[in-house]
Amino acid sequence: MTAKVVTVTSGKGGVGKTTSVANIATALAARGQKVTCIDADIGLRNLDVVMGLENRIVYDLVDIVEGRCRLKQAMIRDKRLPELYLIPAAQTRDKTAVSPSDMVRLCDELRPEVDWILIDSPAGIERGFKNSIAAADKVLVMTNPDVSAVRDADRVIGLLEAEEKGPASLVINRINQVMVKRGDMLSVEDVLDLLAIDLIGIVPEDENVLVASNKGQPLVLDSKSKAGQAFQNIARRLMGENVPFLDLDSTGLWQRLLGRK
Amino acid sequence: MSTEPPLLQTKGIRDGLLITCDQAAWPDLVTALINQVEGQPSFYRGARLALDVGASALRVADLSDLRDKLSDRGISLWAVLSESPLTERTAQNLGLATRLSKPRQPEVRQAEDEIPAEAAKWVKGPLRSGAKVTHEGSVVVLGDVNPGAEVVAGGSVIVWGRLRGVVHAGAGGDEKAVVCALELAPTQLRIAGEIAVSPKKQGKNQPEVARLKEGQLVAEPWES
Repeated sequence: MTAKVVTVTSGKGGVGKTTSVANIATALAARGQKVTCIDADIGLRNLDVVMGLENRIVYDLVDIVEGRCRLKQAMIRDKRLPELYLIPAAQTRDKTAVSPSDMVRLCDELRPEVDWILIDSPAGIERGFKNSIAAADKVLVMTNPDVSAVRDADRVIGLLEAEEKGPASLVINRINQVMVKRGDMLSVEDVLDLLAIDLIGIVPEDENVLVASNKGQPLVLDSKSKAGQAFQNIARRLMGENVPFLDLDSTGLWQRLLGRK
Repeated sequence: MSTEPPLLQTKGIRDGLLITCDQAAWPDLVTALINQVEGQPSFYRGARLALDVGASALRVADLSDLRDKLSDRGISLWAVLSESPLTERTAQNLGLATRLSKPRQPEVRQAEDEIPAEAAKWVKGPLRSGAKVTHEGSVVVLGDVNPGAEVVAGGSVIVWGRLRGVVHAGAGGDEKAVVCALELAPTQLRIAGEIAVSPKKQGKNQPEVARLKEGQLVAEPWES
């Protein structure tokens, strides 16, 4: 096995990087792939919470880098899927505890063991971002359909091009088709028009995402959720399948979303 | 080992340290440099380093790898000097300086040595947020200029695409400079000393030219 290293980044915070990493990783693992997630957001770790694994952390990323444990010791096995692992971030340190070359070394060590390494990047374009993309074979840029998230995504795409990490793929998260139709939200076309990169996923706004994150159960395991399906589709596209984008216009979806508690 | 001639020469300059590399394979130079740095860690820690690589043609991976290795050891690589155009471009892409004499602050205007000031600079777009193009003469952008990007030209600015960033034509005071774009919707438009914000668009988009007329910035359809 030679893992593909996929980094999810955005520039702006709060667009859904961590949720997406948890969901895409779970979707890949549910399809029989061996997956390791790395939380690169040192000092503000979240991925463990979203995956529901926070109470199992013994060692973290910084422990590996500083040689206090072996790589395997810091890999936490998921509760549900046996081929899904998490390497959590340290909470008591900051981004400077790890360097880009540390990340490259760590991923190189991990590569023969798994099919996919998913890296959850912190917000921003400084050290944490550089750490996250150092080892990446593919970068997913997350954005929301709002002007500031799109502008930050644009900046990040520019930085990725300068580092020759491109071509990046775009995930548009939290799109609300009702607001788009009213003209109150940027449409997928508006965003693509500005960013001009390949689209790999469109995820509709769905309050169940928040509920699932709080419970520590990735939504992707719920086959009824449109957002969950959208994450499933991203995973399939990463695996090379040609999957059509979800039809977000069906009214049934919105009635169902609004009707569900 | 110690009988080999040194591959590297270090000297102090106004902006920190300058290390000049002999002609050798790049991996050997990197190894020699790292060895030298690790030999005297206290001397090099916190140093600002400029590297003269001669004619070596280096790609982004080469330079970013070295930059990261040096930064692991507390050294900031700020400039790479080279005779190779590829290496110069690589260094510029990574945000490294390619001349020592260059003023440290990003001054708005700087003379291009090789190109006469009148020549236009061609830039392939899209210019993304955070990108800045500065040129003495005119600038031609093939592609979009996105919000958050900036073009500053001594002469005119021509955008073959959508102009939505900040643009300044006639930055040296040339009031005859114009700005034209297939879709003219800049965040802010400046010609010479005048500043304007583009009005909210209505109707269909068409190519437009902005110029100074009697001290007023006006935009009109781009027709020859």
